[in-house]
Amino acid sequence: MCLAVPGRIVRWLNRDATFAQAEVEFDGVSRVCHMACVPDVEVGEYVIVHAGVAISRVNEAEAQRTLADVARLNEPDADNEPDADEETAS
Amino acid sequence: MKFLDEFRDPALARRLLAEIRERATRPRVLMEVCGGQTHSLLRYGIEAELEGIVELIHGPGCPVCVTPAEAIDFAVELAARPEIVVASFGDMLRVPGSTRSLADVRGDGGNVRIVYSPLDAVELAKNEPERQVVFFAVGFETTAPATALAVLQAAKLGLDNFSLLVAHVRVLPAMETLMSASDCRVEGFLAAGHVCTVTGFEEYDDFVRRHRTPVVVTGFEPVDLLGGILDCVTQLEEGRAEVANQYARSVNRGGNAASQDVVREVYGIADMPWRGLGVIPQGGYRLHSEFQSFDAAERFSSLVSLQSASQNSCRDDECQSGAVLSGRLKPIDCPAFGTRCTPESPLGAPMVSSEGACAAYFRYQSLGGH
Repeated sequence: MCLAVPGRIVRWLNRDATFAQAEVEFDGVSRVCHMACVPDVEVGEYVIVHAGVAISRVNEAEAQRTLADVARLNEPDADNEPDADEETAS
Repeated sequence: MKFLDEFRDPALARRLLAEIRERATRPRVLMEVCGGQTHSLLRYGIEAELEGIVELIHGPGCPVCVTPAEAIDFAVELAARPEIVVASFGDMLRVPGSTRSLADVRGDGGNVRIVYSPLDAVELAKNEPERQVVFFAVGFETTAPATALAVLQAAKLGLDNFSLLVAHVRVLPAMETLMSASDCRVEGFLAAGHVCTVTGFEEYDDFVRRHRTPVVVTGFEPVDLLGGILDCVTQLEEGRAEVANQYARSVNRGGNAASQDVVREVYGIADMPWRGLGVIPQGGYRLHSEFQSFDAAERFSSLVSLQSASQNSCRDDECQSGAVLSGRLKPIDCPAFGTRCTPESPLGAPMVSSEGACAAYFRYQSLGGH
């Protein structure tokens, strides 16, 4: 129900305070989303979209920081983790 | 897909798993609040990977599951009337009310339309002025901006054939109710990432201080979930209880102000009956009086009566959804699970909804996730 996905702003269609809409691309598929809750985002930026409404802007720097933090953790001993790859991949 | 695929990287997930195993000196009990997180934990086999190290108990974060049977009954009654169209998210359709679901009434010729967005229901009302369009507004704080925006759009368009049947719920009051139970075993919470995307996480400060329980804002991909679990375990091992954010690409401390403004303009906070859990103080939203004309419960009160919400709404004695939703009962430990209760023939909402904990166990247990 709270499923929300990141999409990239392709172009603004209108920037009305209540009826604002933009074309947003999700993995190659474009759809029109309501933008009243993210009035300041620009083309090329990513937003989190839920139920047809962009509810926030994605912070790219924070995304990179999270990944870098995890990458700094110690590499696990491969002998002890035989199946983790299969278990976590999808 | 950018911002999703990187967070499904098996190599990163493996590092996090190893770190959790290393840091945990004894088994810990954590609750993930959101049903979307429950499904990811089972889908990616994370729960099984952490067996004996971290027990994840599944919270009440399935809005469809906690929507009162009386509200569903009301929607079913409306949909049976030829002049009314009930528009709803697809998740809601098969959830039974006292006796029937929206899918049942649709099968009997009732007017039920599945929409992706509440704004699509506004469009429907605009295009079909001869009909009353009622949107069934369920969902957590994540969804409230979309339904509030629908009301603002309908008001500006001057639509008198659009209304909301409001059954929104709020997460933090439910966490308070769970923590106040004497048998609560939760040592730390993975807070719902998309709820916090809207609300931020300042409001958890007081909760964490009073309950001395870590709350870690957590996303939905394997790296997000394992990062949230690692943060919680680390805090517990170090004797700390803080609010932390492991979903920083989507969530900041104050949340999204514009989303909050839209919600505040349209809704006030109200006590709310949760199916299986009873009335939760401040557990939901109601429309402000200036938007009362968009309240379907008011508009159609002469046609249908919304029964007293305080009565026990889970009428099937065999369904233990309240215990499942509060994390006291694992779905697989329910005697009816998988036998008398399946997604095709459910006893209660958690087996029907795409985010219900029972449905998650049923779907993924055969895939090695459990």
